[in-house]
Amino acid sequence: MNGKLAVVLLFLPPALFLFTLFVALPMGEAAWYSVYNWNGYGTPENFVGLKNYILLFHDRAFRSALVNNLLIIVVSLAVQLPLAFALAVLVADRFRGAVTFRMIFFVPYILAEVAAGLIWRFVYDGDYGLVAKAATAVGFAAPYVLADRDLAMYAILVVIVWKYFGFHMMIYIAGLQQIDPNLYEAAHIDGATGRQILWRVTLPMLRPTIMLSVFFAVLGSIQFFDLIMPLTKGGPSDSTQTIVTYLYTYGVTRMRIGFGSAVGVVLFLICVAFAFGYNRIRTHHD
Amino acid sequence: MTDPVRYDTPVTIAPLLRIAILLLVAGLVLIPLVATVLGGFKSLGDLRVNPFGLPESWEWDNYWSILSGPRYWHLLLNSLIISVLTAVLTLAAASMAAFVFAHVRFFGSRLLLQYLLLGLLFPAATAILPLFIKIRDLGLLDTYWGVVLPQVAFGLGMSILLFHNFFRQLPGELFDAALVDGCGYIRFFRYVTLPLSRPIIAVVGVIVFVHSWNSYLLPLVVLNRDSLYPWPLGMMAYQGEYSTDWQLVLAFVTLTILPAVCMFIVAQKYLVAGLTAGAVKG
Repeated sequence: MNGKLAVVLLFLPPALFLFTLFVALPMGEAAWYSVYNWNGYGTPENFVGLKNYILLFHDRAFRSALVNNLLIIVVSLAVQLPLAFALAVLVADRFRGAVTFRMIFFVPYILAEVAAGLIWRFVYDGDYGLVAKAATAVGFAAPYVLADRDLAMYAILVVIVWKYFGFHMMIYIAGLQQIDPNLYEAAHIDGATGRQILWRVTLPMLRPTIMLSVFFAVLGSIQFFDLIMPLTKGGPSDSTQTIVTYLYTYGVTRMRIGFGSAVGVVLFLICVAFAFGYNRIRTHHD
Repeated sequence: MTDPVRYDTPVTIAPLLRIAILLLVAGLVLIPLVATVLGGFKSLGDLRVNPFGLPESWEWDNYWSILSGPRYWHLLLNSLIISVLTAVLTLAAASMAAFVFAHVRFFGSRLLLQYLLLGLLFPAATAILPLFIKIRDLGLLDTYWGVVLPQVAFGLGMSILLFHNFFRQLPGELFDAALVDGCGYIRFFRYVTLPLSRPIIAVVGVIVFVHSWNSYLLPLVVLNRDSLYPWPLGMMAYQGEYSTDWQLVLAFVTLTILPAVCMFIVAQKYLVAGLTAGAVKG
């Protein structure tokens, strides 16, 4: 038997145990707790049915969180990915300085979200920040960007593009480099213009890469949290909440286990729906 | 357009225009970072009138006051302990599990693999409150393990996937020959698989380490004693205390991103490889 049984009994349990205890069980418990009103002490006894969910969807702060998450997804897909692709095209081939530019564009991605958030909190600061200085230099009053509920979310979107476009650019570079250069040459000999080559050769060949980058962008947008905390913590007056900052503000800090679990379940369902839809689109086209 | 060049990119663009665009974007990327590093060298008054330019006089004291105290080093040490434990345990648990899935077929093995890979899809945030209750009931609140073990558990999906893909690409003849020669599974894992797996161990190790090094939500929920804070929590606390002294906050931020930048320079190859590994599996 060569110890086949032994290896199974020795090698699998650590992973299975940890995963079950800290991932699978809490997921299930979130669904269970979400129908109780519970502050975390004793056992959950105050059964409230779907009341937590009803409360949640009637809360304006939560609805604005959903809208903000949607906004982050839209900007990621419509602004960030095209930008990342364009820059990938510009630095994909070897010219002097290409690698340096790639590394520079990648730097924001390697920063921790919290550090990037504090850096931009400084950039946006109304008294000491770069934006305020630039505004007063051209004759405007210094804006307090992050304290303005009409501006704060847009300011955060700028930070998101700044932070993550380099990651997507790297993915596109890897994809571009896998395309056979002979294809371009053949298309060129056949008289295709640069634009035709882009639409008829590059983009179709890059489809799996684009799908992957869309996957990362959307999944990351759904669970957005770390970057917002140092910038606005979801404020001013809930104008920059996302699902997870909402969960943190109204569930975790107030120890509303049942209510917070309901938010977690909604987040879970959104992830499932996205994964399901994504898989359908992917298998449908392949 | 008839010159015999290699067309690496689909769009041909004037070289000068290309450089101009790249320089512009590089500037936009770097300005906040450079201003942060320089801001750490300024006095508060200097920062107020001159956030962009070079410091009027270089205030090394801002950096020195942080580097000479125990606080900064203590945060790095906490982060290091948590990240190393997380990386080592994840590597061990994931490589062992992936080895079984790659070489041993048994009833339900595919289902078990699918079960473990489910973790890929869901962020820890979905179950953060039940996770908090669980960690509390296990007595792990305010301990390193309370952060490490859940981080390992949530990192398993990605790690097992990468190891599994790698193990299956190793030549199968190797395994058959070893078994015929009477080498057991566990000895094969120890003496053949692991030595051959250095590249993937490096990739997974770096990804898990960096992820743990930067993580914020889980430590925020699990750790209340600031003597246990990893650096992201410590930096936020520092910013809270010195919120009116931007020059100190900027120096602190610069010093905390320094280790990450150094790590990136050292482990660049593995980090980029790890990120694009997903692209290959497509």
